[in-house]
Amino acid sequence: MTGSKALEELASQEYRYGFVSDVEADTVARGLDEDVIRTISGKKGEPDFLLEWRLRAYRRWRTMEEPNWAKLHYPPIDYQAISYYSAPKKKALKSLDEVDPEVLRTFEKLGIPLEEQKVLAGVAVDAVFDSVSVATTFKEKLAEMGIIFSSFSEAVRNHPDLVRKYLGSVVPYSDNFFAALNSAVFSDGSFVYVPRGVRCPMELSTYFRINSANTGQFERTLIVADEGSYVSYLEGCTAPMRDENQLHAAVVELVALKDAHIKYSTVQNWYPGDKDGKGGIYNFVTKRGRALENARISWTQVETGSAITWKYPGVLLQGDHSVGEFYSVALTANRQQADTGTKMVHIGKNTRSTIVSKGISAGHGQNTYRGLVKVLKGATGARNHSECDSLLLSDTSGAHTFPYLDVRNDSSVVEHEASTSRISEDQLFYCRQRGIPEEDAVSMIVNGFCKEVFKELPMEFAVEAQKLLGVSLEGAVG
Amino acid sequence: MLTIRDLHVSVQDKPILKGVDLEIDAGQVHAIMGPNGSGKSTLAQVLAGHGGYQVTRGDILLDGRSILEVSPEERARAGIFLSFQYPVEIPGVANSYFLKTALNAVRRGRGEEELDSIAFLALAREKLDVVGMDPRFLSRAVNEGFSGGEKKRNEIFQMALLEPRLAILDETDSGLDIDALKAVANGINALRSPDRAFILITHYQRLLDYVVPDKVYVLANGRIVRSGGRELAQELEKRGYGWLEAAA
Ligand SMILES: Nc1ncnc2c1ncn2[C@@H]1O[C@H](COP(=O)(O)OP(=O)(O)OP(=O)(O)O)[C@@H](O)[C@H]1O
Ligand SMILES: [Mg+2]
Repeated sequence: MTGSKALEELASQEYRYGFVSDVEADTVARGLDEDVIRTISGKKGEPDFLLEWRLRAYRRWRTMEEPNWAKLHYPPIDYQAISYYSAPKKKALKSLDEVDPEVLRTFEKLGIPLEEQKVLAGVAVDAVFDSVSVATTFKEKLAEMGIIFSSFSEAVRNHPDLVRKYLGSVVPYSDNFFAALNSAVFSDGSFVYVPRGVRCPMELSTYFRINSANTGQFERTLIVADEGSYVSYLEGCTAPMRDENQLHAAVVELVALKDAHIKYSTVQNWYPGDKDGKGGIYNFVTKRGRALENARISWTQVETGSAITWKYPGVLLQGDHSVGEFYSVALTANRQQADTGTKMVHIGKNTRSTIVSKGISAGHGQNTYRGLVKVLKGATGARNHSECDSLLLSDTSGAHTFPYLDVRNDSSVVEHEASTSRISEDQLFYCRQRGIPEEDAVSMIVNGFCKEVFKELPMEFAVEAQKLLGVSLEGAVG
Repeated sequence: MLTIRDLHVSVQDKPILKGVDLEIDAGQVHAIMGPNGSGKSTLAQVLAGHGGYQVTRGDILLDGRSILEVSPEERARAGIFLSFQYPVEIPGVANSYFLKTALNAVRRGRGEEELDSIAFLALAREKLDVVGMDPRFLSRAVNEGFSGGEKKRNEIFQMALLEPRLAILDETDSGLDIDALKAVANGINALRSPDRAFILITHYQRLLDYVVPDKVYVLANGRIVRSGGRELAQELEKRGYGWLEAAA
């Protein structure tokens, strides 16, 4: 755990910057009221409709209560102690030499390119940064095909009609406490639009977003795939992310129109806190997709970070024959807690959903799967298959499974399988007898356990995810 | 090469091995026979370094040095290979990936260069031929869903790849059909050499027809109660263990 120990120092240091000493120019005073929202919207030069929407969200949020049904324990969050607008300002280091060598070692293990290491570690990057020009080149190519891929703010400026049409159409601001908060104060995020019949020729990934990566704690993503189009979007990055904000409340909305396919892959490795559970990101995310006729939405996620994870990517299977998929690996080590799962809502006829959830708990980690499969009256012929497997790596860790089924159509078929297992001494001994060191053996067995999910990830991401599991498991066994 | 001296082993405070002595030189094949529950697998597991057994007395020496404190992976890298009586399934891990990782770990231990995927595959295919296994087994998960006989063949395939100096085969011949038995014997014989030694744990004379041992022991109730040449195996086949156990 030396790698994360170093990270702890780095992150807790940054954490101090975030909450105590940061009173510089482009920061709005702490606390939240309508004026703050007007200021945020004004600074971004937003059109009236968006300001109005933010205000409605804020008013709604004030009437809501923070959910407490999840199996998560954390001290109360003081929402008035947070500054809701600070142009992401990092204290830039001058070169990689100033970065903790342990962090660099982790980067190396993950095979992160040097330039990217700098960005992630918060080193000032000069103007000729490779991926800027790369991103520009790709952007031009995408533009030729009519694909819009930009920051959310840019999209608001350049494509207000699209934003207006789809913003909140999948996750309304009234959806839940954190979604309402995000809607009121969201800082930035990504926007994607793929026109009718277009197959996006490349994975839209972190690389392109690297400049807008520090969009902070209230990120908002909107992806619209028009009829018959396809897009694969990669969120996040396997490197340990440095971030000074403790609370994250992101919203992701996906709209897959008729015959469209959206594949959304996430690798999340936010700072998880130290061995004793100090520090770490609280991650409260609302992710949902809406699939129209014959459309397909696939969520794939590998989560090894954050102190607290509250996240249920779901699909509203609205159109007939639409398909929703959820493939998830969640690892909790040390004092991490994850309450995660999915919501599949079958509305249209012959809709299908697949859920594969793999939870791994090490140390004192607590891993909860919470999934809802809802089949509405009209969803004749709906099918769901869920598989939830838990792997325990220590006696002090825990795995919990809460599948909720709400089936209102007799012709539907809903199947649920669940298992809990441990890495057996026999498996470990077998590997070691073949010369494989214990830590490598554990990581190999865990990777095998996650295989069904990894095979859904785009190739390079899968390789990175495997390495990440290995690094996250270091010293976490026993 | 291997010296076992007055070895006493307990499991959860229950004595299983009660003073085993054995000496095996490079180039030799020794067979250990004996009734169920007499401690044969225990001996094999202890030689390979399984942590679930306590050595309460005695010593195990490899090339004159005690290995009691040596971890299983280091023993493997020093050339000890155990063909498990019950090979373990590892779901989701491709046989080829597992073996490449193992082989490269062992090669590093021997100071050899690691093999890349292409070189590994070429070598693996060659060794698959020796034991008559289909290349399809490379992409399947380690032992998962393998039949009993396929698991045993897979053990010998691994042995052929890893080229150990001391191979301990725990009932690798049990549950095999005639062809598989020949394939396994083939795998062993292909590897026999003046610098390798084998310990064959078996219940049957059959395997010893194909792989002729230099010495045969009978382990009963945690002790070696009889040793002899290959004719001892034939005698056991006829008479069973009763007459020896009575003596033990
Ligand atoms: N983990 C364990 N816990 C309790 N008893 C054990 C354990 N392992 C072995 N034993 C006992 O030790 C004794 C020897 O077992 P072992 O597996 O070595 O026998 P064996 O000679 O290999 O038998 P077989 O011919 O049936 O394979 C048996 O009585 C067995 O029940
Ligand atoms: Mg046995």
